[in-house]
Amino acid sequence: MSLFTKKHWQRRHVMEAFMKFIMRVSLAIVAGALGLILWIIIVRGLPSLSWDMVSKIPEGGYYMGKEGGILNAIIGSAYLATGGTLLAMLFSIPIALYLKTYLGDSKWGQYVRLSLDVLWGIPSIVYGAFGFTLMIALGMRASLLAGIIILAFIELPIMTRAMDEVIRRMPIDLEHAALALGSTKLEVALRVVIRQMLPGITTAILLGFGRGIGDAASVLFTAGYTDRIPTSLMRPTASLPLAVFFQLGSPYPEVQQRGYAAALILTIIVLAVSLGSRWLSARLNKYTVK
Amino acid sequence: MSQVDPLLSNQTKNQAEGRHPRPSATLRARQDQAARRAFFIFTLLPVLLILFITVALFFRSWPIISEYGLSDLLFGQVWKPNKGLFGFWPFILGTVWVTVVGVVLAVPLCILASIYLAEYAHTKTRSFAKPILDLLAAIPPVVYGVWGLLAIVPFVDDVLAPLSTRWLGSISIFSVNQPTGFNILSAGIVLAVMIAPLIISVMYEIFSTVLNDLRHASLAVGATQWQTIRNVVLPQVGPGILAAIVLGASRALGETIAVLMVVGNIPQIPTSIFDSAYPLPALIANNYGEMMSIPLYDAALLSAALVLLVVILIFNILSIIVLQRMTRKK
Repeated sequence: MSLFTKKHWQRRHVMEAFMKFIMRVSLAIVAGALGLILWIIIVRGLPSLSWDMVSKIPEGGYYMGKEGGILNAIIGSAYLATGGTLLAMLFSIPIALYLKTYLGDSKWGQYVRLSLDVLWGIPSIVYGAFGFTLMIALGMRASLLAGIIILAFIELPIMTRAMDEVIRRMPIDLEHAALALGSTKLEVALRVVIRQMLPGITTAILLGFGRGIGDAASVLFTAGYTDRIPTSLMRPTASLPLAVFFQLGSPYPEVQQRGYAAALILTIIVLAVSLGSRWLSARLNKYTVK
Repeated sequence: MSQVDPLLSNQTKNQAEGRHPRPSATLRARQDQAARRAFFIFTLLPVLLILFITVALFFRSWPIISEYGLSDLLFGQVWKPNKGLFGFWPFILGTVWVTVVGVVLAVPLCILASIYLAEYAHTKTRSFAKPILDLLAAIPPVVYGVWGLLAIVPFVDDVLAPLSTRWLGSISIFSVNQPTGFNILSAGIVLAVMIAPLIISVMYEIFSTVLNDLRHASLAVGATQWQTIRNVVLPQVGPGILAAIVLGASRALGETIAVLMVVGNIPQIPTSIFDSAYPLPALIANNYGEMMSIPLYDAALLSAALVLLVVILIFNILSIIVLQRMTRKK
């Protein structure tokens, strides 16, 4: 009967219980939002998901509800995100290594981290507009290459910071041990740090890929849209987010339905990448020194 | 990395004579120096990229800024590119309304959820919540847009709008003047869910910078956990919480596709959360196609991007500096 003793009716204890309750409710609302989103996308997307959707390119009259699929957008998005991630990787690995081994918490290191965080916060529509100005300056048309370059810019800060966060947890003793044996910082970076960074690199790659494949606003300006699968870097290309967006804008219900199905495909890819990165980094973490 | 014999003799001789060893004397040290310089050039990239984006957008939008003047562009009420009228004011207000509604909806939830995760939750709950937040953050904007279109717009139209007419109709910011659910509130709800994972994870990090000793001291003198949080933890993290909110707001400001799909895209000066609006990013995304066909149109749209960029840069830099300071104290 302790629940009814006087102490539990003191204001502060009631307050404690009340705050704890509304905190749990808020967390449940946030978690519930994820469930709701997935539920809606699956329920509305599944009925029009078919093998044709993922294996055919749009045929004549596709945008009026006739035969075809969005293979062009799936392949286009895969090209864009893979290219962007590879290009961003070329720059993000050296930057992350340099931040760890040479810069540490120095002034310049702080500036570089600050600028990466700021870049992370710049919205993709601004990257898209910037890409547009670049394309005018270089006389380029909307193309796969332009899309890849802009996605690489978008993914660079995400990937670098992801690697940086992981590698920061490396024990300093490991670096000291290598330095004490007479290795230069470069050797520490290339032989010790990069191995410790492996789980960070895989997380970063998958994180960057997931961001790249879902980004619509930047690709709108730079990669264009086409019904064909791109055969060269200079051709425009379709992408999944824009396939969703354009099909939803159609007045034909069949086409809208396919837009929902395309959204489901995109969601499945992104969730698979996100879950895959958790699983992979947990596995690779076994092989690092902690 | 080749295995080169270290030519140490020079160095040891110098050391024996009490002179500073010259690193360039060995090949390995020279490689190290070369690598240092090469790596340094790589780190210039992110710093220069910010400058370059700003300068490129400024350069491209200069024609219209020099012709109309910045204040005419920003505070102009009419948007008729065909007649040479480029007023951003309705779009700027649209952006502000949508962002404010999104942040107001997200912040209380995020503060409560992050306090719970940082102060109360079991390790099990935490390891369950982390992937959920990661997944929420991973969902692409266009999918949020589809969700908004299918779930939020009808919900606002069928449930919230009638409720509001019934109970809050007399307050002008809650009055329902339009027949559809494509309005600021729908966009705000979608935005709130989109920025929640970011705000929660930043706030969680901020809460974990508070020393445990302080919590223990407060609990030891008999305070309840909530009293401890209110009187000991929260006073220490004030600036960090504010920074997290500003960071979330700057994300909301630039969100394009998801907002564009649910906000209605009517260029007007909104007076109620049930009005449609037309935020700046939506303006840029919707009109990129005709950019080159009307004189100064491209400059106008790129200057809209510039305005957005400058505001977001200021928000971001301020909040990130505050956050870096706070997490470094730990």
